[in-house]
Amino acid sequence: MRRDIFQAIADPTRRAIIALIALQAMTPNAIAENFNTTRQAVSKHLRILTECDLVKQEQQGREIYYSLEIEKMKEIDKWLSQYRKIWETRFNQLDNVLSTIKKHKK
Amino acid sequence: MNTALLFDFTVDKAAKTVNITREFDAELPLVWDAFTKSELLDQWLAPKPMVCKTKYQDFKVGGKRFYAMVSPEGVERWAIQEYTSISPKTNFKMYNAFADKDENPELPGSEWDHSFSEQNGTTKVYISIYNESLERLERILDGFTIGMKMSLSNLENLLATLSHK
Repeated sequence: MRRDIFQAIADPTRRAIIALIALQAMTPNAIAENFNTTRQAVSKHLRILTECDLVKQEQQGREIYYSLEIEKMKEIDKWLSQYRKIWETRFNQLDNVLSTIKKHKK
Repeated sequence: MNTALLFDFTVDKAAKTVNITREFDAELPLVWDAFTKSELLDQWLAPKPMVCKTKYQDFKVGGKRFYAMVSPEGVERWAIQEYTSISPKTNFKMYNAFADKDENPELPGSEWDHSFSEQNGTTKVYISIYNESLERLERILDGFTIGMKMSLSNLENLLATLSHK
């Protein structure tokens, strides 16, 4: 199942996992050691992050390492720039409202 | 129109805060009214083709504005703003939350802080918006696309078209 990237970052534990593996690739066990939660819970979070293509898995010997998909994280920045555009549009509209009012006053 | 007006938009992910600074070519009392009077807010707050309509507003501490963003198809996205602090023509703070049409809020919301200052007839407005989560920020964007059935990339094109108007 393909998921929305924002579903991935909506959860505080998943955001913490992202922050952890942004620094270095880690095994699920090593990740789980950082949380007061079960290994199963961490695995579930990793599965959701994987389904969002936010993390990738690499087999090294007997271990699976999880690391961050930097390109995918950039989508979040792209989204934020769209939010910025909404404000630009808004403020341009406000400029028009203000100039209309000023003209009426004259 | 003065095109040299400042516009600054930053997102502090760690602090979960969006910071927006914008200058307006108008005197402070008028800009203050544009941000605090519903009849003016309704004229600019919704990016076209969305429209904003205020059901009621009571601009005082503890008072509220209950309003909707309405898509061209008539889909309404309601929200409540509760004013938590007002220093006339200087600053006001509010708590913004999405709601259903019966005014039941969907928490958590976001905390908004607006500051106003004027220099030589130009008014600077500084806005900080604190959000519990980026997910909620995304839903704000959803609020603008609701009923338009558009993916985020389509929205980008739409906004580009709109800004060329």
